[in-house]
Amino acid sequence: MEPVLISPASFKLFGFIPTVIFSVLLPLLGVGLFTYIMAKRVAPLVKANPDFRFDRPKERILNVLKIWLGQWRHPRYMMAGVLHIIIFFGFLILSVRSTELVIKGISEGFVMPGLGGTLGDIYYFFKDYAATAVFFAVIIAAVRRGIFRPDRYHYPESYGHDHTNEAVFVCLVIATLMVSESLYEAALVAAEVQAGHDATFLAPGTLAWFFKNMLLDNSTKSLQAYHIASYYVHDLTFFFFLCFLPMGKHFHVITSLFNVFFMRLDRGNVRPVRYGVSDEELDDLETFGVKKFSDFTWKDILDFYTCADCGRCSDQCPANTVKRPLSPRFISIKGRDYAFSHFPLMGNFVAQEPLIGEGGIYSEDEIWSCTTCGACEQECPIGIEYINKIVDLRRGMVDEGNVPQSLQKPLSSLEKRGNPYGKMEKKRAEWTKELENCEVKVLDKKTSAETLYFVDSISSFDERMQNVARATATIMCAVGEDFGILGKEEKDSGNEVKRFGEEMLYQSLKAHNSEAIKNSGVKKIVTADPHAYNALKNEYSEMPPVEHISQVIVKNVSSGRLKLKGVSEEEANKVYTYHDPCYLGRHNSLYDEPRAAIDAIPGIRRVEMLKSRDRSFCCSGGGLMLFYEPEEEERMGVVRVKHAQKAGANVIVTACPFCLVNMEDAIKVAGLEGKMEAIDLGELIAAHIDS
Amino acid sequence: MEILVCVKRVPDTSENEIEINGDGNDIERDDLVYSVNEWDNYAVEEAIQIVDKVGGSVTVVTVGDDESEEVLRREMAMGANNGLLLTDDGFEGADGKGIATILKAAVEKGNYDLILTGAQADEGAAQVGGMLAAMLDYPYASLVNLIEPGDGKLKVGREIEGGNQEMNEIELPCVLSIQTGINEPRYVGIRGIRKVASVEIPELSASDLGLDAAAVGADAAKVKRVDYFVPDMGEGAEMLEGSTEEIIEKLIEYLKAKGGLK
Repeated sequence: MEPVLISPASFKLFGFIPTVIFSVLLPLLGVGLFTYIMAKRVAPLVKANPDFRFDRPKERILNVLKIWLGQWRHPRYMMAGVLHIIIFFGFLILSVRSTELVIKGISEGFVMPGLGGTLGDIYYFFKDYAATAVFFAVIIAAVRRGIFRPDRYHYPESYGHDHTNEAVFVCLVIATLMVSESLYEAALVAAEVQAGHDATFLAPGTLAWFFKNMLLDNSTKSLQAYHIASYYVHDLTFFFFLCFLPMGKHFHVITSLFNVFFMRLDRGNVRPVRYGVSDEELDDLETFGVKKFSDFTWKDILDFYTCADCGRCSDQCPANTVKRPLSPRFISIKGRDYAFSHFPLMGNFVAQEPLIGEGGIYSEDEIWSCTTCGACEQECPIGIEYINKIVDLRRGMVDEGNVPQSLQKPLSSLEKRGNPYGKMEKKRAEWTKELENCEVKVLDKKTSAETLYFVDSISSFDERMQNVARATATIMCAVGEDFGILGKEEKDSGNEVKRFGEEMLYQSLKAHNSEAIKNSGVKKIVTADPHAYNALKNEYSEMPPVEHISQVIVKNVSSGRLKLKGVSEEEANKVYTYHDPCYLGRHNSLYDEPRAAIDAIPGIRRVEMLKSRDRSFCCSGGGLMLFYEPEEEERMGVVRVKHAQKAGANVIVTACPFCLVNMEDAIKVAGLEGKMEAIDLGELIAAHIDS
Repeated sequence: MEILVCVKRVPDTSENEIEINGDGNDIERDDLVYSVNEWDNYAVEEAIQIVDKVGGSVTVVTVGDDESEEVLRREMAMGANNGLLLTDDGFEGADGKGIATILKAAVEKGNYDLILTGAQADEGAAQVGGMLAAMLDYPYASLVNLIEPGDGKLKVGREIEGGNQEMNEIELPCVLSIQTGINEPRYVGIRGIRKVASVEIPELSASDLGLDAAAVGADAAKVKRVDYFVPDMGEGAEMLEGSTEEIIEKLIEYLKAKGGLK
């Protein structure tokens, strides 16, 4: 049976120019150009620092299946997420069809291997629906982005130009692909129907079906014109789009698969100063941290390329919320723009000026503003990382001596006294003096115990937080733990020292504590400070198992060893809410234990804040962050206290001394004294021990 | 420009709880931690910034024992090019004039265009800078909070009581005592100190400097500390005691009572 229309592979334009020439030239040019662009884009990755990301392939493949293919994090933003999922799967389905079409332009009878039979029938049926769904999704996306303009996409002037036009343009490009593909087929089927042939089945309600019905009255000549024109519009748009992807935020269409494969597998840690250089060899390094662009690792640059400018990171970022000069999204966007301008497609690479300071793309305050809470990384649908970059940029500044004056004192105190307050080492155990009915051993080579209570600096020295230490000890006594503390031999865990980029100081604190812990001969460590918990668990090596006090509480409540009495009459009128500390929740996935511990108090009323668990809102950070003086419009703690108020709570329970400092301050700043209070989980439990 | 900065190792007041010793003539020095006198850090930072602008080198000098070497290394980690330790058993117990005499001898051994000191030391009397200038017969400006290098001279700003600012022109060579706030001293981490850990620091004794130790040491000192104590509470003074909250509460109470708060 003769085909009713001449295919692009046999058609002659104006009767003598064989269009197959275009069918061959367009892919050749397109793929050639694309290869050239990609080679240029890969150049900065080759010049970058090493990054070890080829380990644990099973977990990486699982990440790809869940986060990339499964679009796991997208529905966290329902509207945008669903639109994206439609477009994403539409692309996956239609990539087969598009490739087939390109080859059809050269060899008209071509059918994708495997699509000749029933599988093909199913595929062709669904791909028309896919194209239709994608078409409507991009139209909605374009309207949403171009007309409704959600706040999340807003561009502050200082950060460069707005990407709305690019976003809307790409939506239209995709719509063009969908329309031309459907029209190409619709014209053919309409001609088949006119010729009385057994017309190809078109799924009802699809774009192609709609176009076919629209075209039924057209002459064969014009159907032929539609058929050929839409083919080449599709072909041209397809290869244009391919080459346009690596030019901007739609690069993620290509890079996200790789970025998710290489994304960080562990949380709560910071990458080494240089991959392949051990802690002992650090002294031999010429330079520390990221100072110029090539100091980034290749994964950092892949992150920059991959950022789709969706703004979810910054929407969740507490620093951005309180208008500190940091918006994680722009760490990526500025990095990408830098890569594009310094590794241009044409001409030589441009000399690299320093990244921070005058003429640089990042400001000092921007980099110090981060609390390393991890909300951005938790949210990113394609595995972009920020904490490692922030810490590496800080390492670079510390190496240059460029440290805010407000941080220099506490750093020097940490170096000299092992705590940021400059208090004397011998006073580290003084909090135990006011403890009643509970003996706390001070451990060393001679005195040992089963369990070490690692107190850390703030609970050892801060007058208010010493109460947290006493509550923790009281609980340990109540459950009959054989435990002790390191006393003057304990130094700051260094969790924040590391995150503020002072790696060598962190190394010396770690070495000292590791030695003291080893000497104490304990089999287990318990702490009530999530920052210490994180450092000991994720950063120190060869440590005995580490537990947070909430885990101890829950274990002993269920074993019956810890009995809690019910709420008092006064407490019965209160509504409690639990604030997830970043270093307990997001960085260590301890969400349920603290809640279970609170709920173990008979009669207690607890509500959840809107932002809780892995979307918890940082209180403004601990450790050295307490000393940093940021530019901000409002305190993070104040924002958080208002969250609690909105949830109808009047007691904020937290499980971190730094959170408690910030919450108590924030309650005063917000003028909520008397209406809202904050308490540590340990304090709450200790007050309810039924003895 | 060749710049000499005189620095001092002092007990770090922010990191110590200072107590008077049993004899009542000094502070309890066990458990103390020491650091560079805060003002000296500003002087060294300023010297480094001047050299960055106009070239030359920065030498840091201190009078002290072996332990004083650590402050020289810290300043060298900041960016000072050379260190110089003036050390002699005979120097012990020197008064301000003795220290100035020792420093003068060191200045004369070198070829410095500019000598900087901190405006004062945490435990000092703010006297060495001025004496050193007089002994050298160099012009002197104190409490300097701004320096603009020029040809053969400097423009220096001075902080005047009441927050006023004064600008002077001063001829080189000269001595300046530096006030805090003139700059933001850079941070020195462990890594920086380790980098200069093995740099040789020359030591000069009394004889190297052509000095008679007896003429600068304890015996020659005409100022001697005879007592050291926390002053008795005077009339009308009261120390508020208790937790921070209690102190604040009492303070507010007093302010209200005296009409300071309404």
